[in-house]
This record gives sequence, C-alpha cells and structure tokens, in this order.
Amino acid sequence: MIIPSIVLIFIFSYIPMYGVLMAFQDYNMFEGFWASPWVGFKHFRMFVEAPEFWQIMRNTIMISLLKLFFGFPAPIVLALLLNEIRSMVFKRIVQTVSYLPHFLSWVIVAGFAMSMLSTDNGSINILLQQLHLIKEPINFLSMPEYFWTIIVTTGIWKDIGFATIVYLAAIAGVDPHLYESASIDGASRFRMMILITIPCIMPVVIIFLILAVGGILNAGFDDLLLLGSNPILRDVSDVIDTYVYRVGILSNRYSYATAAGLFKAVISVGLLVLANRIARRMGSSLW
Amino acid sequence: MHLSSGDRVLQFCIYIVLVILAFVTLYPFWNSLIISLNSGTDTSLGGVTFWPRDFTMINYKIVFRDERLLHAFLVSVLRTVIGTFLAIFCTSIFAYAMSRRGVAGKKFYMIFCIITMYFSGGLIPFFLVCRALGMMDSFWVMIIPGLISVWNMIIFRTFFMELPEGLEESAKIDGANHFSIYFRIFLPLSGPVVATLSLFTAVGHWNDWFTATIFINNPDLIPIQTLLNQILNSNIVSEQLAQASGGNASALDALDRLKSVTTKSLSSATMMVATLPIILVYPFVQKYFVKGVLVGSLKG
Repeated sequence: MIIPSIVLIFIFSYIPMYGVLMAFQDYNMFEGFWASPWVGFKHFRMFVEAPEFWQIMRNTIMISLLKLFFGFPAPIVLALLLNEIRSMVFKRIVQTVSYLPHFLSWVIVAGFAMSMLSTDNGSINILLQQLHLIKEPINFLSMPEYFWTIIVTTGIWKDIGFATIVYLAAIAGVDPHLYESASIDGASRFRMMILITIPCIMPVVIIFLILAVGGILNAGFDDLLLLGSNPILRDVSDVIDTYVYRVGILSNRYSYATAAGLFKAVISVGLLVLANRIARRMGSSLW
Repeated sequence: MHLSSGDRVLQFCIYIVLVILAFVTLYPFWNSLIISLNSGTDTSLGGVTFWPRDFTMINYKIVFRDERLLHAFLVSVLRTVIGTFLAIFCTSIFAYAMSRRGVAGKKFYMIFCIITMYFSGGLIPFFLVCRALGMMDSFWVMIIPGLISVWNMIIFRTFFMELPEGLEESAKIDGANHFSIYFRIFLPLSGPVVATLSLFTAVGHWNDWFTATIFINNPDLIPIQTLLNQILNSNIVSEQLAQASGGNASALDALDRLKSVTTKSLSSATMMVATLPIILVYPFVQKYFVKGVLVGSLKG
C-alpha cells in the first residue's frame, strides 16, 4: 500500500530535485540530462550579470515586502474586529462573505480586477469621476505606478477572510477569566483588545510571521503573471518566478531558468533560518 | 457584559467597517453579474453600476452556444471529479498504511515525504520530467502529479491514528485484511475529513489554469480556467468567440446580436459560468472547511 505512493513522490518530487543539477550544465534537449556538458556556475553568473537582474530582485523584494506589510496584519485586524461583534448572525454573514474569494481562481480574480478598473465603464473609474477626483478615466492596468497597489489590494481581497480563520481560533482560545477580571477593573473593550487579546495571540502571529518572512522571495506568481503580462508593466511586474517561467518555459532556456530558480530557493532557505533565529531570541520558534 | 458609551461608539464603528468590507468583497461579483446580464453596447455607454439597465440573456446564450467553451467546461468537470476521487483515494490509502504500527521503514518513508514539503526541484525540472514521461498534451498530466499530497496524507494519518485500536484488532480477529479494514471501517468513519480534503482538492482542480497552460496545446483538453484566461487576455479570441457562435446561432436575431454583444459583456458571462460551480457548492461545504483549515494549521 505504501510503495506506489512512494514511487509517485519519487518521480514527481525527487527526480526534479535531482534535475536541479542541470543548472550547472548546458542542458541540451537532444543529448539529455546525462550527456549534457557541465559548466559550473556559468548560468548563475549570467543571471546575476543579466541587465534585468537588479530590476527583478527589486520587484521580487518590494512586492513581497508590500504584501507582508499590508497583507500580513490585515487578517489579524479583521479577526480582532469580528471578535468585538456580539450579533452572531452578523458575524457569520461577514465571515462567510469574506471567505468566498479564496475559492475563486486567480483567473477570475484577475478578470474582476480588469473589469472593475477598466476605462470602459469600470466601477472604480465611475466612482472616482462621480466624486470629481478625476476627469478622464484612468487606465490603471497599463500604468506601472499603480501596479503594485493593485497587486497588494487584490491579494488582500482574495485571502483576508481565509487567513482570519486561524486568528479567530487563536482568539477563541484566550482564557475568558482574563476578560472578566479586566472588566471588573473597569477596562474598556478597546483596552482589553490591546492588553489581553493581542498579547495572547502573539505566539500564533509570530509563527505565521516567520513563515511569511521565509517566503519573502515568493512575491506571488499567478497574480503577477495574470495581471502583469502586459509588456508595458514588465519593469514593475517581473519577479524571479515569472522570469523563470518566461525564459524557461516560453524561451526554452532550461539551464538558465533553473539556475535562477535555484538562486531563489537558496536565498529563501537562508531567510527562513535567519527569521527563525531572530524569533527564537524573542522566545518562540518553528523548530 | 456592561458596555460603556465609548464601547458603544467603538462597536458602531466596527459594524460600519465590516459592512463596507462585506460590500467591497461582494461588489465585484455583483458588478460582473449585472454586466453579463446587460446588453454590451448599453454597458459601454457607462453608468451600469448596480442594476442591469437593458436586461438581456444574450451573453449567456452565446456562451452556452460556444462549443469550445462547453467543451472546456466539460474537461474541467471531468478533471475535477476524476482528479479529486483518485487523489483522495490514493492519499488516504497511503495514509492508512502509514498510520499502522509495525510497518517496516515507516520512519524513513515519513522523512522521505516531509523533505518534499521543504525542497522542490522548481518549475523547469518538473516540467522536463513530465515531458520526458510523455505527458505533454495528455489529460493525465492534470491528474497524476497531484495524486499524492503529503500535507493531506499527514492530516489523514493523524485522524486514522486517533481511531481506537480495538477497531482494527477486532476486525482482524474476524479475518479482515488491511484492504477490507480500510474500506469497511476506516473510510466510513472518516467522513468529515474526506469531505474537507475533497473540497480543497476539488477547488484546486477546478481553479488550476497553469498546468494546462504549460502542458497542453490540444484545444480539446483545455480546461475552462485556462480558456477563460486566453479569452480575457485577447480581444481577438472573444471576437472569434462571438463570430463562431454567430455561425450556428440561427435562433438569435443577427442584428440584435451585432448591436448588443461586446468583449466585456461576453467575458463577464464567461467568468460567471466559470465561477458558478463554486458558488453553488459553497453554501453546502462552508461549514466543513473552517474545521479543515484548523486541522491543517494549528494541529498540523
């Protein structure tokens, strides 16, 4: 009962891991993996020296940092707000609504974003025009200066409700006696939130923060590929993952793309270890 | 609990914020829905924000007459059903074996699995392996690599290990082998876990557009999300769509069609069709997945 599964894992996870070695080769489709010549770090050097390297690194890091900075606290705030709601019906409705986007594909979410932002009767443009903030519709999706904002916002829109589930569970685990004694001491709801709820859920928050920092080079893939495919946006939308896809799958430069992917993986592991070390100093860690 | 006036103000603000949030979450759906129900030319005049102004079903008529789209929808349905069924079956039977005591090399297998959660070869080597296995342009490329999910296996395994040992013992005394224990005792007892993980797997299959983008060129095997992406990304495709469907849409008034269909109205209708299965299933499975997320995150 075990062997077939192990074989599947071996084929689809371990053989590709071994295949990473072709980053050190001049992989040639016709000679195959075994016959291709070894070239050492050539492809890594080419990647680091490529004219687009700094731009890609900047985009990767900036987009992830923005997502971390705005996207990470958002579900915590939502969980704190929901926790203050007394009406169970209202709470449940808001929660149900907020989970929903998580179950949509990025294609649909990107479609919604395009439709809402379009100059052809997009709702955002209509709203801004009616508020007299702008005169002419803005073509948001072909202007590099808006791209990061759009990516961060759609990301939060899609996943805020779903990420909230965990924090709500953590809040539910807080000892109710703490609230009782605080209310006897005359604390307001707001002070209870600041002084009891937030400190009590900190361990969970830190674990998720470590995971998020470890994935800091995962700026996203689907969203950037779907919303940023317009060549005008490439200067701000190209990150390591989309670059690997473009040069690897679309241009068939397998070795070079694998080297770029490996470059990212190595830095990611380093960051995860570093983040965990810092967290351990603060008293909680993953391992 | 007693509420002070400051608390009341706070509560009021929170309600307002949450109502706005719910509105912002739902509005894109609603907007696409009414655009898909409004005639395209009327929409492009502007001002269609909350209600359809020139109500028409023509966008849906065209979408449902497009054979390519229907075919893609069918591919997605088949893929979701087959893929989910096989993945849950393979993953759970694997988990069953891994949950039994006294399996030789179990610890090794466990480490073998867990390593794959942290390291992967990346996109390109994975792509080359699948291609080397001859899975380009094959329906199975969308199914087979996803048969075993280590994450789901661990969730199943945790659940199986919590079932009382006596169940297995007594079945063994009655002469049952491992397969009948798995099928007749363990699987029926794990309904909620199966439901939750099936939901996540099914949603993943339904929503996946990327696998087909890189592996599949044969238009007969394109699932709906991939096709939708192609439609959204190119006006030409949607114009073809309108023309292609125009060819066999004799029941529709040609003039009416010319007047009322635009790329935007058609793609909105297509998006609604691609979202429909999820919206329909969502209310029924909603209560399960909260539990599923918690199993996966806190206790994991």
